[in-house]
Amino acid sequence: MLTAEIIVVGAGPAGLSAAAEASHWNAGVTVFDRDATPGGQLVKQTHRFFGSRAQRAGTRGIDIIRILLDEIGERENARIVSGADVVSRYDDGVLGIAKAGHWFKAKPERLILATGAAEKTLAFPGSDLPGVYGAGAVQTLMNVHGVRPGQHVLMVGAGNIGLIVAYQLIQAGVEVVGVVEASERIGGYWVHASKIRRLKIPIFTRHTILQARGKESVEGAIIAEVGGDWAPIESTRRELSCDAICLAVGLSPLVDLMWQSGCSMSWISELGGYVPARDPSMGSDVDGVYVAGDAAGIEEASAAMMEGRIAGLSAAHSLGKVSDEQFGLRAEEIGRELANLRSGPTGEVVRRGLSKLERAPRNSQVLVEGGDSRC
Amino acid sequence: MSAGIALFSGNHLHLSEVDFMEKELRISEHPVLDFSPGDKVQFWFEGEPVTGYLGEPVAAALHAAGIRVLRYSRRLHRPRGFYCAIGNCSECLVEIDGEPNVRSCITPLAEGMRIRRQAGEGRAIADS
Repeated sequence: MLTAEIIVVGAGPAGLSAAAEASHWNAGVTVFDRDATPGGQLVKQTHRFFGSRAQRAGTRGIDIIRILLDEIGERENARIVSGADVVSRYDDGVLGIAKAGHWFKAKPERLILATGAAEKTLAFPGSDLPGVYGAGAVQTLMNVHGVRPGQHVLMVGAGNIGLIVAYQLIQAGVEVVGVVEASERIGGYWVHASKIRRLKIPIFTRHTILQARGKESVEGAIIAEVGGDWAPIESTRRELSCDAICLAVGLSPLVDLMWQSGCSMSWISELGGYVPARDPSMGSDVDGVYVAGDAAGIEEASAAMMEGRIAGLSAAHSLGKVSDEQFGLRAEEIGRELANLRSGPTGEVVRRGLSKLERAPRNSQVLVEGGDSRC
Repeated sequence: MSAGIALFSGNHLHLSEVDFMEKELRISEHPVLDFSPGDKVQFWFEGEPVTGYLGEPVAAALHAAGIRVLRYSRRLHRPRGFYCAIGNCSECLVEIDGEPNVRSCITPLAEGMRIRRQAGEGRAIADS
C-alpha cells in the first residue's frame, strides 16, 4: 500500500497551496486529483484577481496555476497524481483511489481534504432542459474548450460569478440578453457590474426566472418582477428570446470524504450547505484530517489559497517539520491576510457563516433543517 | 459549422437548434485566450458521422456540432444535456462504444468513438 506523510485530495487553489506550503517545510506530499490536469477550477478563471499583492491580485486565475505548480515542481518531496479519484476513506485512515479503471489504496499520516464545490441549480419549469447550464459549466466550455454555450444567453444571478461570466460570454462573442437578479441590489463587486452595464447589457434587479421555454432545448425564458414578498408579479411577465440560460446561483461544498471520515458536519447556509467543523489551523475534529478551500465553506479562490497554506503548514507542524516558533509566525502572517480578505461588507456573509460554524455542536453528524446536500 | 447542419438535417435537428447554430460555436478569436485544438477526428453519434478535436470532452465536441440532447430521463423521458461540465452532476450520461453511464463532459474524444444518447438507466435507445 502506498504511504505518504501528507496526502492532499484536490489540486485546485486550496490543494495546490497546501502542497506548496507543506513541501516548503520538507514534508513529503502527494496530491491526488481526479482531473486530467491540475488546477481545479482555476483553469477557467480568465479574469484578474483582486486584493493585495500577497493574494495574487492583478494575476489571472489561469496564470496562478503555473505559479503554484512551479513552486511545487522544484521540490523532490512533492508530487501530483492526476486522473486519480479519491472515493473513500475508511475508519483506519486508508483511502480508496480509482485511477484509469484500476483501484488502489493509500495511507497518509495526515490528510488534507481540498475537494472543492459543486454548482447549485434552481428549480423552475424547464430548468432541466438542455441549454440550461451552470455558470461554471459555461466557463469551462468556452474558456477551456473554446466552444460558445449558445449565441444568445440569459444570465441568472448578479453575484460575482454571474457578472464575471456575463462579461466572459461577451468576450467570447456571445450576446448576453440580460442578467436577472432577485435581490434589490447587485450582489457582486461594482467594477464587474460596471463592465457589463457599459456594454448596455440590462441587469434586471428584483426579477426572477419563471420558466425556460423549449421542446428539446432552450428557446426562450420567461422572467417577471418580484414583489416585496418575493412572489412574482403576474402583470410583469415577459419573454426573452435566448438559446441558453446560465445559472449563477451559488456553490455547495463537496464534502463526501468529510462525512466518510466522521467529521462533525453542520448546515451553514452562508457557507453553502453542510460544512465540517474546523479549528483556526484548518484541522477538522477528526485526528490528522485537515480541510481547506470551498470544501470547508464557500468563499472564493484567494481565501481558498490561504486556507490551503494554513492547512499545509499545520499538517507539517503536527509532523514535527516546523518549529513552534516558525509555525506561530507563519500562521499569524497568513491569518492576517485572510482576515483582511474577509473584512468589509463583501466578507459579511462569510464572517456570519464562520461565526455560526464556531458555535455549532461538535461530535455530530445529525442532519438538520435545510435538508441533505449530499443527494 | 454548416457541415454540422447538413449532417443533422434529419429528425435529429429541431428548429431551436437551427437558431442555436446560426453562427459558428467554436471561438476563433478571443481577447485573453488562445485555443490550440488537437487533431480533427471523426466519430459517430447515433450512427451519423460527426467531427471534433482529439482529446476535447465528448460533450464539448457534440455541443459544437449542434447536439445538445445527450440522454432522456428515466421516468418522464425528458431531454437532458450537460449541466456542470466538470463531472459532478451526471446529467450528461451517454453510451460510448456500448458502455452506458459514461460522463460525456469529462471523457476525452477519440477517433471512431460510437456514441449514443442514453435512455433511462443505460439501455441504448436503439435496443428498446
